[in-house]
Amino acid sequence: MTREEAYQKLNKVFQEVFDDDEITVGDATTAKDIEDWDSLEHINLIVAVEKCFGIKFNIGEVTSMKKVGDMVDLILAKTA
Amino acid sequence: MKELEYPFDGEWILSKKKSIKKQLLQENGPFLQKKIAVLGGSTTSNICALLDLFLLNEGIQAKFYESEYAQYYADAMFDNPELVEFQPDLIFIHTSNVNVKRYPTIRDSAAEIEDKLTQTYQEFEGMWEHLYETYHCPIIQNNMEPPAYRLLGNYDCVDLHGRVSFLNRLNERFAEYARAHSYLHLHDIAYLSAVIGLDRFSDPFYWHMYKYAVGVPVMADFCYSLSHIIKAIYGKNKKAFVLDLDNTLWGGIVGDDGPENLEVGQETSMGQAYDAFQTYLKSHKDIGILLNVSSKNEESNALAGLNHRDCVLKPDDFMVIKANWDPKNMNTLAIAEELNLGADSFVFVDDNPAEREIISSTIKGISVPEISTVDKYIREIDRHGYFEVLKLSNDDLSRNDMYKANLQRAQTVKNFADYGQYLASLEMKAIIKPFEPLYMARIAQLTNKSNQFNLTTKRYSQTELEEAAQSRFTFYGKLADKFGDNGVVTVAIGKPEGDTLHMELWLMSCRVLKRDMELALLDAIVHRCLSKGLKKIRGYYYPTAKNAMVKNFYGDLGFTKLSEDPEGNSVWELFLSEGYENKNKYINVMEEEA
Repeated sequence: MTREEAYQKLNKVFQEVFDDDEITVGDATTAKDIEDWDSLEHINLIVAVEKCFGIKFNIGEVTSMKKVGDMVDLILAKTA
Repeated sequence: MKELEYPFDGEWILSKKKSIKKQLLQENGPFLQKKIAVLGGSTTSNICALLDLFLLNEGIQAKFYESEYAQYYADAMFDNPELVEFQPDLIFIHTSNVNVKRYPTIRDSAAEIEDKLTQTYQEFEGMWEHLYETYHCPIIQNNMEPPAYRLLGNYDCVDLHGRVSFLNRLNERFAEYARAHSYLHLHDIAYLSAVIGLDRFSDPFYWHMYKYAVGVPVMADFCYSLSHIIKAIYGKNKKAFVLDLDNTLWGGIVGDDGPENLEVGQETSMGQAYDAFQTYLKSHKDIGILLNVSSKNEESNALAGLNHRDCVLKPDDFMVIKANWDPKNMNTLAIAEELNLGADSFVFVDDNPAEREIISSTIKGISVPEISTVDKYIREIDRHGYFEVLKLSNDDLSRNDMYKANLQRAQTVKNFADYGQYLASLEMKAIIKPFEPLYMARIAQLTNKSNQFNLTTKRYSQTELEEAAQSRFTFYGKLADKFGDNGVVTVAIGKPEGDTLHMELWLMSCRVLKRDMELALLDAIVHRCLSKGLKKIRGYYYPTAKNAMVKNFYGDLGFTKLSEDPEGNSVWELFLSEGYENKNKYINVMEEEA
C-alpha cells in the first residue's frame, strides 16, 4: 500500500468517526485541528483505524503517536 | 434497524454512531422520553453513546447524566446536586471487578475473608438503598465479571482465598438482594463476558490506556445487553412467536416427505437439533410467551407433522395455527388480531429469507431474527433478549391458558344471537379492590405494557404505584369466567382533590375487551367516590399512536366533554348522585376471592 492509498482509506475513517465529509488529514494533522477529537474520541478513532486496516496498535505505539503522520508510518509498517 | 440487532458489528456501530443516531431520530419516532443516570466506576462515555442507539432503536429517547470519572460511590451516597436536579427515571451503576477494593490475600484467615466479602457487599447495598430512597426509581447494577487472572489456577474457584471464589460469592449476594427487592435489576456481565470471551471483554489495553473496564470493541455488545433490561422495564418486551414449520421446527417438508420421514427426535443428529429447538420454544410457554404457527401447508399436513410421535411441540401447545397458502404477513396480522396483540409484539421465525423479508418490510416493529442452520437457531434467537424477564409472576405461568380460554370464548360468541346472552352465559365474576401487595408486580407489569386500552398511557414504577396506593384512590380488577381466570386485567388511579376525583390512569388488558369490565370498574369508582363524599369524576384522554380505541371512552360512559386541544387531548366530567344506578349487568362483583 502506498502512503497515498493509506491516506485515502484513513480520510474515510476520520470522516466517519467525526461525522464530517469535509475532513482530510495529512502528515502534520493533530488533535488540535479537528474539533471533536478529544481523548475520549481518540480511542474510538484508534479502534476504527485498527478495524479498517486489519491491524492492532500496542500501548507504546498509541502513546507515541503525536500526529497523523506517525499513525500512517505505523500503518504502513504493519501492513507491509 | 437491522444493523443494531444480533449479530451486529460492534466496531462498525462505534465508528458510525453519529450517523446512525441521526437516522434513528428520523425514522423511529415517536419516542418515550427517559432520564438515565450512569454512575461509573470506569470510563462511561462510549456506554452512553452506544446505549443511546440501542434504546432509540427500541423507541426510547434517553437523556443521560454521567458521573465524573469513577465517582459512582460519591454520587450515589452524597447526593450530588447535579444528580438531584436531574431526577433520574432510572439509574445504572457501571461497576466491575476493577472497583473491588478488598480482595482476599493468601494470608487472610477465613474470618478476614468473610469480613472483606461483607464489607464489599455492604458498600453496594448501601448505595442501592440510599439511591432508591432518594430517587424512587429502578436501579440496574452490573454483577462482577470473572477476574483477569487466577493465582491459584483452577483451584481459584474452590479456595476461599481465590478471586474467582470471592467474586462468585459476591455475585450470589447481589442476586440474593435482587430476588428480594424488585427495584434492583442485575446486569449479568459474568454471563456476558463468558459469551464474548473474557480476554476480549476485559482487554487490559483499554483499561490501561483509557480506563475502560470493558473492551471498546465489545462495548456495543455490552450496551445491547444492558438495553434489554431497560426496554423490558419500559414495557417493550415481545409477547409471542409466529413460527414456520418445514425446516424450522423439523427437518424436511411434511407435504412432500410425509410426516413419518421428518427429521425430529433422537434418531439422527439433525433430528436431535430440532428436538432441542422445539424444547427451547416450548419452555417459553412457562414465562407466558404465546406460540403460533404460520406455515404454507395444507392444514391436515401441518397437523400431521405436529402430531409426529417425536415432536416436543403438539398442536395443543399453540394458540393459533395458520396453515394455508396465504401470504405470511396476512397470516401474522390475522394471528395478532385474534390474540388482540399488536403485531409489533411478535417474533417471526422462519428459515426462508424471502418470507423473513416480506414480514420485516411490511410489518413495522415486528422482530425477525436472521436464523441460519438448526444447530444455531437457539442462540440466534436467544441473544436478542426479546423476552427479558424482570420478575416472574403467576400470571406468566397461566397466560397461555388464559389466551386459550379467550379463543374458546370467541368460538362461543358465534352461537348466540344476542351479545347480552353471550355475556350472561360466561358467568363472569370479578374482584375490584384497592391495590394490594400481592398483586403489585402484576399491576406494575400491566401498567407498563398496556398501550391500546389506556386513557393516559402514564407509566409508573412499582414504587410509584406503592406510593399511589397510599395517596390516591386505586383500583385493580380481576375477572374470571366459566372458561378460566384472567387474573388482574384492569387498573385505575384517581387523585382526589376537593370534591373531584381526577383519573390519572385507567387501563385494561385487551384480552377482556367487550366484557363490560370497564362498566364494573366505573361502578366501583363511583361508589368509592360517593362513600368519601366526592361529587365529580374528571376523565382525561391523551392520544398516542396506539390508544385510538378509547378516544371516546368517557363519552360512551356518559361523561360530558369539557375541552379538547388541537393535539386531541380531552377532558371529561361526570356528576355523581346518590341515585347512581350500576351500569354493569353481567359481571358478579364480589368482595373477596371465592
